[in-house]
Amino acid sequence: MNYEIDKHGFYGSYGGAFVPELLFANINELAQNYINIIEKEDFQNEYKSLLKDYVGRPSPLYFAKRLSARYNTNIFLKREDLNHTGAHKINNTIGQILLAKRMGKTRIIAETGAGQHGVATATVCALMDMECIVYMGEKDVKRQAPNVARMKMLGAEVRPVSSGSKTLKDATNEAIRDWINNPGNTFYIIGSVVGPHPYPDMVAIFQSVISEEMKLQLTEQTGRDYPDKIITCIGGGSNAAGAYYHYINNKKVELISVEAGGKGINTGMSAATSVLGSDGIIHGSMTKLMQTADGQIIEPYSISAGLDYPGIGPLHAHLIETGRTKVLTATDDQAVKAGFLLTKTEGIIPALESAHALAALEMIEFSLDEIVVVNLSGRGDKDMETYLQWNTTDIIPD
Amino acid sequence: MGKIKINNIFGRKENILSIYLTAGYPVINSMPDLAIALAQAGVNFLELGMPFSDPLADGQTIQYSSNVALKNGITLEKYFDQVARIRDKIDIPLIFMGYFNQLLKFGIEKFLSNCVETGIDGMIIPDLPPEHFEKKYKEIFDKYDLSLSFLVTPTTTESRIKYIDKLSSGFVYLVSTSSTTGKIDKFTNEQAEYFKKIKNLNLNNPVIIGFGISSRDKFLLANKYADGAIIGSAYIKTLKNSANYILETKNFVNKILKK
Repeated sequence: MNYEIDKHGFYGSYGGAFVPELLFANINELAQNYINIIEKEDFQNEYKSLLKDYVGRPSPLYFAKRLSARYNTNIFLKREDLNHTGAHKINNTIGQILLAKRMGKTRIIAETGAGQHGVATATVCALMDMECIVYMGEKDVKRQAPNVARMKMLGAEVRPVSSGSKTLKDATNEAIRDWINNPGNTFYIIGSVVGPHPYPDMVAIFQSVISEEMKLQLTEQTGRDYPDKIITCIGGGSNAAGAYYHYINNKKVELISVEAGGKGINTGMSAATSVLGSDGIIHGSMTKLMQTADGQIIEPYSISAGLDYPGIGPLHAHLIETGRTKVLTATDDQAVKAGFLLTKTEGIIPALESAHALAALEMIEFSLDEIVVVNLSGRGDKDMETYLQWNTTDIIPD
Repeated sequence: MGKIKINNIFGRKENILSIYLTAGYPVINSMPDLAIALAQAGVNFLELGMPFSDPLADGQTIQYSSNVALKNGITLEKYFDQVARIRDKIDIPLIFMGYFNQLLKFGIEKFLSNCVETGIDGMIIPDLPPEHFEKKYKEIFDKYDLSLSFLVTPTTTESRIKYIDKLSSGFVYLVSTSSTTGKIDKFTNEQAEYFKKIKNLNLNNPVIIGFGISSRDKFLLANKYADGAIIGSAYIKTLKNSANYILETKNFVNKILKK
């Protein structure tokens, strides 16, 4: 294990399981069993074979030649966008549904914001023939119609959530309440390294395949198993957790997390949690979150629905606090511009989330002999409407 | 006064009734008038809920009231002001109910000291886990004369119930169902068995049953199995679209207590 947590699920002072007693038995059952089950050989065999044959792993580590030339360095893209369902999310949903099956659960629930995790969950439920209910904020149901249609076609029931601000955080609350009301048969598949222990750890383990492959691929392509820098986008932080996992203790690797700066950090319209946030509890976890002086959680904003979360995973709060990761922010404009740049130079349309990581390339001084990995967490098909609405004449680079 | 005041409610009379109300609902300044009306109607103690943006342990009715209250502009400052006004007029125990993040952000010591100063006697913080409380916060809480009631649910094991009883003061909050508040309308045999099991454990603290108590019959039954009952959602519902919420409040309590 490369993330050090104590037995209560704390990374330093962050994490834990701040859940009402109503949820204790569910969480405790999971916390007592997840490591034992995941480490079993038959679990690993089934998980790895599905990642290979169903998801299409290993995802390529692609040397982006023209992008590298532009920034005078060596940029590799970890192509999570090429996974089945179009993002890294499925690494986690496959792991969790196999766990659910082994724990004898028959009913799957999930939360989703943009719909990517909802689609990844609905997909594995279809694969495993399990009942699937996805909670989605009413506003997001309207904003993300194509993903709603996908989930329905895959056989999931999409339940619009009208409480609170009607977005991802409220969908998460509602999924947690569903779990409280249906103890016993239900398994809650959380989509990021957030929520009460053991979720952050469990999701990080399932995403760790990203850096596991990176080590082998870098050795093959560069003769060395580590890069100088890894750049990821971070909302809850699951793709970042996976990309950092096997490098946490290798201090030669600089870890750079890019948060959504929205319309600008000081505009009140951003999701720059680590800059604007303070310590507190969201979804059962002690972490950094955006909140008022009264401890009410603030609804964030980003052009990218996947980064639009008022907290960050507790392990990231810890990594930031201890100085292990560095945080940058990219605004909507910078991200869209970076998305167009990658499309034009490499023929890859990135998800808006991943475009935030790419935007950081403009902000960092590189040297010619450096090796940089950008985790390309998802593909941009879902974001075409947003890309095309942008005033592209201003921003398409030469 | 705090803990003693809460202890004094129990064992002196039959059929203890507590009512939960949401600060800032139905209108921003309604809590003091409602609390006074509830006390005058015969309610034995009050849970004064401070709305939270993300109330995990609450069902739809209380979520709704919290949402309205936040839109009405309720803040902790106003909450404490209103508590002090209530304390000036009535003598029954007042329990703060809210979420742990509110204490953390405000500063735990400052929060607890504000509670004591304004006249709060005890606390219910549903998302503060007993283990974490014992390890990190018990010492701080012990400095203040405030009771702290932890929750017990049908999925809580016997050894854990005893542990929770040990850490609780004032009373133990027995959640009647494995469900968020306000979803069911009668007790099942299963619930009755569960209540009896708890009764036979002879806990140190009095036991109050909450969640899903909506009628006089259930109120009386809860008092048969335990030391009292808390009503939340059923009362909050009566305030929705009410033209005269003070009258509504009196009628509601009279129906439960059959005066």
